[in-house]
This record gives sequence, C-alpha cells and structure tokens, in this order.
Amino acid sequence: MRGFVGNFEVDILKKAKMVDHTKCTGCGTCWQKCPEKLPSEFDLGLGQRTAIYIPFAQAVPNMPVIDRENCRYQKYLEWAKTEEGKKPPECRICEKLCPTGSIDWGQQDEIVTQEFGAIVVATGFKTFDYSVYGEYGGGRYPDVISSLHLERLMSAAGPTGGEVIRPSDGAHPKTVVFIQCVGSRDDKVDRPYCSKVCCMYTAKHAIMLKEHDPDVQCYVFYIDVRAGGKDFEEFARRAQDEAGAIYLRGRVSQIYQDGKKLKVLGEDSLMGRLVEINADLVVLATGMEPSANANVLAQTLNISYNTYNFLIEAHPKLRPVETQTDGVFIAGTCVGPRDIPDCVAHGSAAAAKVVALLSQDSLTTDPLTASVDPMKCVGCFACREVCPFNAIEEQATRDGRTIAMVNETMCKGCGLCVAACRPGAVNLRGFTNQQLLSEVLTLVGR
Amino acid sequence: MSADNKPMIIGFLCNWCSYAGADMAGTSRQTYPANIRIIRVPCSGRVDPLFIAKCFEEGADAVLVAGCHPGDCHYSEGNYYSRRRFALLRELLNFMGIEKERFRIEWVSASEGKRFAKIITEFTEDMTKLGSRKVS
Repeated sequence: MRGFVGNFEVDILKKAKMVDHTKCTGCGTCWQKCPEKLPSEFDLGLGQRTAIYIPFAQAVPNMPVIDRENCRYQKYLEWAKTEEGKKPPECRICEKLCPTGSIDWGQQDEIVTQEFGAIVVATGFKTFDYSVYGEYGGGRYPDVISSLHLERLMSAAGPTGGEVIRPSDGAHPKTVVFIQCVGSRDDKVDRPYCSKVCCMYTAKHAIMLKEHDPDVQCYVFYIDVRAGGKDFEEFARRAQDEAGAIYLRGRVSQIYQDGKKLKVLGEDSLMGRLVEINADLVVLATGMEPSANANVLAQTLNISYNTYNFLIEAHPKLRPVETQTDGVFIAGTCVGPRDIPDCVAHGSAAAAKVVALLSQDSLTTDPLTASVDPMKCVGCFACREVCPFNAIEEQATRDGRTIAMVNETMCKGCGLCVAACRPGAVNLRGFTNQQLLSEVLTLVGR
Repeated sequence: MSADNKPMIIGFLCNWCSYAGADMAGTSRQTYPANIRIIRVPCSGRVDPLFIAKCFEEGADAVLVAGCHPGDCHYSEGNYYSRRRFALLRELLNFMGIEKERFRIEWVSASEGKRFAKIITEFTEDMTKLGSRKVS
C-alpha cells in the first residue's frame, strides 16, 4: 500500500483460479463430476468438496476455482516435468464437460495495482484452536467438537443435511455437554478477554438441539452467562426453562473416552460438588481471535493493533470505526469480539464514514506539518534520508543553492526531520523546538 | 507525590502509542506516581537529544522517552531512529556526570495502560532510591 487518504495505491495479489470467470455460467457440472474428493474447509472437514469447487453454496460469484495443489491434472503436469514415480491420471474431466469452455490451465497469479480513495479493514476473526486445552481432548476424541462443527451438523445445507450425529459412529447424541469460555476469559492461554458471542450461541444450540430431538439433554458448564443486549437474557433463560438445559457454574477438569461415551469430570461451584456426566457429545464454545496475519496487514496499512492482534480504533468511544491513519477504516470483529447486529452497525458506520469522506470536494489535512527555513537550510538533505513519507523535495534558490522543501500534503508531521536537521532549519508546526523547550522549562519549574 | 515533587521525571511520550497508553492508564483507573510530567511529541523520533540535556540542565531528576514498540511506529520507522539515538545518549550521560539510570527509553503501546503505570511506578521508586541530583 502506498499513498495517502484519497490517493491510495494498492497492490492486490489475484490468485489464479484456472477458470475464466467471464465465460463461466456457474452451472455446476464441473464440481459435480470432478473425481478428486477432499475434506471441505467450509464444513471444517465434516463434509467433502471436489478439487474444482465453490467454497460454499452461497458464494458470490457463484463460480468455481481449481485447487491447484490437489487437482489431478495439475499433479500430472508436476509429474510430467520429471517423469519420476507413479504416473498420476491425466484427468481433465472438468475441461471435457464444461459447456462454455471456461477452464483455463494457463492462468497465473498476478498482482493488480489499483487506486482507491479509502480502505476499510474487515478481516474478521478465526475461532480459538481448542486442542490447546489438552484436558478437553479436542482433536484427540472425535466426539469432542467445536460449536462451529455443531453449527454445520445442524445446518440443513450442511454435510449431514441437518441431521445431528456423532462424528465417531454416526449415532444420534442424547446427552450433550457444552463447555463455555474455551479460549476466552482465561489467562492461562493468553486470552483474558470475553469473546462476547459464545454464551448466546450456546443457548441457541441448546434450544435447537432440543427442537431437533426432544430426547436430548444438554448440560452447559459456564463461568457467567453474559447475555447483555436486547432480548438476550430472555433468550438465555429460554434455553434453561423451555429447552431444559442444565446450567452448571464451573469448569471441566477432564474428559476421557469411556467405551462409546465421553466421561466429563467437572465442578458445580454453586452447589460445591463434583459432577460426572456420561456424554455422547461434547461441544466446546470456542472464543474469537483475530484472523491470521492481522498484525502484518495492520503494519502494511500503518494502523495499530493490540497484544492479541485486534486492531485499535482512533478512539474507543468517539471514533470507533476510524484509525490513526486517515482514510483507513475498520469494521467488525477484526477490532474486537462482537456479535452480528454489532458488526452490521459497525460496517454501516464505516461505510457512512467513507461516503462522508469521499463526498467532499476537498480534504482537510492536519496543519501540523514541518517547514524549512530557507535561510538556515544548507542543503545537506539529512531530512530526506529520515523522512518515511518522501515529503522532502528539492528547491532551487535564487542565489543558486539547492535546499530542502516540505511537500505539505505528503508530510504527516512526525518530526523526524526536525531532530535530524543539524543547522536547525526544519521545524514542526505545533511542536517547534522553542515550544518543546518552553514546556521543559515550565515543567521543571526553575 | 512527595511534598517537594521529588524525584521530578520528565516524560516525552509519542502521541500515537505511549501518550494514548498513558490515557488508557487513566481511563482504566490505573494509578501511578504523579512525579512524571508529560510532554506530548508526535513521535519518539521527534525528540532531540538536546531536549534531554536541557531537562537535566534545568534540574530534572530523570527523563523518560516512550514510543511505540519497534515495528509498530505510526510513522513506520521513527522509533528506530530514537532507539539508536538514545542508546548513544545514555552512554554520553555518564561522561557528562549524570547517572545513566536517570534516563530511560521504553516502548508502550496504546493498549498498555497497565504497563505504563508499572513503568512509571518502578522508575519513580528507582529514582527515589537514587536520590535527587545535585545541581550546582
């Protein structure tokens, strides 16, 4: 990313899709016929996808891409370079079947450079890796799943068509244990913050499981039920009163496989006793964390982020969608955990801010920029060496010298040039040497 | 704060990280000694070594420069310059007859209110132990 507010120039990596999206009609023949079956990322490995695929059913545009690492023809091409090992099949079924001839094996990754007036960061979140909690056995026991897995299992468009089954043996679970705050409110795993949405989605899951199968009994281990928000508390009560979920305040100490069942050992801290539950399915309410490389993106865009890589607003209360960098806005869970209504409001706010910015005929910039005293400047250009924004330009004087000049649109007012200038020719408006030294004198108070 | 404002610490805080971090310390109700007098600068790279010398000349007991963590500078690279510059200055202070412990450079991000309060508390304690500077 280069440039400044109103004049950003961004390099975008456009991955090769191997499908010409100008010809493709999204008919679906290719992904129905592709013989290569792979675990689907969208279904978290519970379902399958093919090597030519659309990521999920509602994807826009509704056109497939080819997974180059797993496509049989791509593997064949790789093999053909050396002809070592077993010859993979030279499949190309999608190409043969495509009615519009959209398959394009020649596509390459490319970098597209485009100009933009403003940038909105909405990179969202990923869920906490539950296998960090060894005592819960997530990743080791197939029937210890995350809430997102359960969400896919309950979805009518999901891998099981909405039938809730245990991943191990396909049986219908009757006793389901939910564990809250997995990767939230826990200093041990460096996630001391509350992820905000888990209490509510667990209540939803408890209610929906009961609707799916009235014989299901849910248990929820929680720290607190945080149901702040319109109608939220009433909804959380419904999980207990109508869906009959038993809420137990306390943490689970251990889960282990006991025959076909999972033995859940926990504590009910309100009753002051230990609890032992023979569960069919354990669902971990995983918390939110920023998407991978959120910090790298923040560095690219020159915006700040906190210890957990959540992005930082210009002001937590008064400027919640703006950043310290003019023209870069943030929205949604990349800023911190929040639920869908909040994200919608946040996104709308960011969009409105962008519209307000771009609808002006002229931009107001910060007047606190550096300036050069032409009488003092000796033209050493030490200032140009340190300037991060290339704001220092050359200027010829009438007596034939070349001196430095500050481009006030480019200057962000950091003052690096002032500290670097040996003859003291550069000064920063609002933070001049004289002003700062007067501050020192006043504060020391002699 | 002791009655005679001692030790007196002058802090140069970068606007984007450390000044915001100090603000965060306030809004999150952290407490720290009031011995620090804060001067806001746009970037830790704006701080001229002359300012530090001036602070000591005028009788400050200690000086703190605080900026964004290396790599997180709002202006990309300002804190790299200050890091290099003040590593040199610290050595020079001994030569000038000022204990180099009296000068610190720290990195405090906008979210680290707690860390800011901790740094000020520790620095003030250390300076109280070291005692006031004898200024002739």
